Amino acid sequence: MILIKNAQLVNSIHDKAEKVDILIVDDKIEKIGKNIEENPDKMIIIDASGKYVMPSFTDIHCHLREPGFEYKEDIKSGSRSAVAGGFTTICCMPNTNPPIDNRAMVAYIKYRAREVSPIEVLPVGAITKGLSGEELAEIGFMKEEGAIAISDDGKCVMNANIMRNALLYSKDFSIPVISHCEDTNLSEGGQINLGHVSTITGLRGIPREAESIIVARDILLAKETKAHLHITHVSTKESVRLIKMAKEWGVNVTADTCPHYISLTEEEVLGFNTNAKVNPPLRTQEDVEALIEGLKEGVIDCISTDHAPHHKDEKNVEFNLAASGTIGFETAFSVLFTYLVEKNGFELGKVVELLNQNPRKVIGLPPNVIREGQKANLVIVDLKKKWEVREENIVSKSKNSVFLGKLLTSYVETVIYNGKILKKDGVLNC
Amino acid sequence: MKHLLGLRELSKEDIIKILNLAKDMKTILKSETKKTPHLQGYSVVTLFYENSTRTRTSFELAAKFMSANTTSISVQTSSVQKGESLLDTVKTLEALKTDVLIVRHSFSGVPHFIAKNCSFSVINAGDGMNEHPTQALLDMFTIRERLGTIEKLKIAIIGDILHSRVARSNIWGLSKFDNQITVFGPQTLIPPYIENFAEVASSLEEAVSGKDVVIDLRIQLERQKRGFITSKQEYYKFYGLNEGIMRYISGSTLIMHPGPVNRGVEISSEVMQLPNSTIDEQVTNGIAVRMAVLYLCTRKEGIYR
Repeated sequence: MILIKNAQLVNSIHDKAEKVDILIVDDKIEKIGKNIEENPDKMIIIDASGKYVMPSFTDIHCHLREPGFEYKEDIKSGSRSAVAGGFTTICCMPNTNPPIDNRAMVAYIKYRAREVSPIEVLPVGAITKGLSGEELAEIGFMKEEGAIAISDDGKCVMNANIMRNALLYSKDFSIPVISHCEDTNLSEGGQINLGHVSTITGLRGIPREAESIIVARDILLAKETKAHLHITHVSTKESVRLIKMAKEWGVNVTADTCPHYISLTEEEVLGFNTNAKVNPPLRTQEDVEALIEGLKEGVIDCISTDHAPHHKDEKNVEFNLAASGTIGFETAFSVLFTYLVEKNGFELGKVVELLNQNPRKVIGLPPNVIREGQKANLVIVDLKKKWEVREENIVSKSKNSVFLGKLLTSYVETVIYNGKILKKDGVLNC
Repeated sequence: MKHLLGLRELSKEDIIKILNLAKDMKTILKSETKKTPHLQGYSVVTLFYENSTRTRTSFELAAKFMSANTTSISVQTSSVQKGESLLDTVKTLEALKTDVLIVRHSFSGVPHFIAKNCSFSVINAGDGMNEHPTQALLDMFTIRERLGTIEKLKIAIIGDILHSRVARSNIWGLSKFDNQITVFGPQTLIPPYIENFAEVASSLEEAVSGKDVVIDLRIQLERQKRGFITSKQEYYKFYGLNEGIMRYISGSTLIMHPGPVNRGVEISSEVMQLPNSTIDEQVTNGIAVRMAVLYLCTRKEGIYR
């Protein structure tokens, strides 16, 4: 039994945070109320005075790198990193080696996750065999085996006919198609956003249209096919505009963006900082503002981390050769709190929705709420704590965070999943 | 750490210090023996990942004239061919007691990367599309020598601004001296937001008219295949410095080019031979400037402490 005392409970934007005690028995929330009787002999008591309790988070876009790239991350280390950030459901992308493009690979990920992960790991299958963009993968079999979405993430399905067929075919299996939008003819050779900083540094630029052209294309295809298109890691204001228009048209489209796109700009690259090399690239303040506005209005449905671990040797190289990506689990909530709540006046409940209910809706999972009789999946957060992101405190195998050295406000202190304490007072227990 | 990575971060005072010292170095170049002991005991290594004759030779001669022990690593025959990473090459050079590394690379930022990972001095001899600081310094030296000043001038830079490290270094360097800089070239070769740093002319005539200095840039002909330019002939007609355009350029306007020149593409042979063309002089001045940079990078009282 676990008794959480005096926590401010926030389930969603509709909730008024109220101070309660929460009693957890086995894997479920037994009781929520005031002054629940303590019994120190039989229960673990967590004093959450001054802290907030909210449902644990779901990430629909991360990279666990297993199989094939275990030196960067594996299902176990990635899951622990996720726990450190308050995530208890994570969806891993299929660009592994071999890729997750068939039922056996989906089964393998599920099996490994059951073996080594303390949390729920849901595989995303590939759209095309070998992520080649040429021939559809066995989407039905993968869904049957447990894939929750399909994506060729990291690569764009450049052939519009294949993409159209993927959307059409996915409908039979009610599985969302997650699109990595990047016109590779426009982005070829590009290292960072095409703009002020690319001009200053002489790094080859990627025009924003490389993303928004494919966003527009895929929206039109989704409109025609009436399939569920999910656009991931949106980074430009034009994309936000197109998605808004598509939603007004009634297109079945959802979208996410990542913590780094709503907080940082291309300026981070100055000094040739390879940790700031991400794909799509960090954009401009104008884009940051458009994305925040998009989140406010509900045009962008949710936040994903795009947790993309890379080994030090893949980042401490020439900028052109550096791998793209930043890790993201462990900083996600704090970044959102710092940049959305503190700087942009978002309600805390909105952030909770962006990290929990909304991503779950995209992939068709039931909402995770803190209510009597529900599974005990929750986090306790100290909203006042300020901390600096430092390499030595990162749980992930890789330390390539674009937020290294940044000061963030709020910290996920305790994580409980299915009644098990996986992190307590900042210390991992899994 | 003492490096010359680019002119963007360099102060006006540091630039003047280099140019003043280069003036002294030029007197050494004019002497019969062309030898000073300034770098005696220092190990200077050139590491060029791109082909180069003038910059590499210029640096090597500069180091030799100052009595340094010089080594030139040819990437074609080095461990790079065995797949050695740049980081490992840097660590090896460190173990080999290198004092100064002069590096050229096709990727922007490589000298910065090396500087972050080594204990020796790094001099940028051209990195990707980023900077070519000693070229800009020698351009500034030449301008000052010819016109007596590098301040409050009207300067045009013509050609492939997008890919040019020479253009960038010149813009960053010359901007610190209250100069009015204008750029011109095909729209495909004008980078975004350059208007924050220079005026963008709408024609070649407008770009060169009334200028004190016209810096013409080298065009790489493979750009044609990537859709930046259409043909050599068309480029020459609309963007080249030819006799026709000379009507808009006064006899006192300096005509500069970093070389090597594509004759009949960026500039005509006739224009190159005009008395106000400084192309050969720039090459000589390059040695003096590089001697000054090498000297300052190896001194405790140097500019990069």
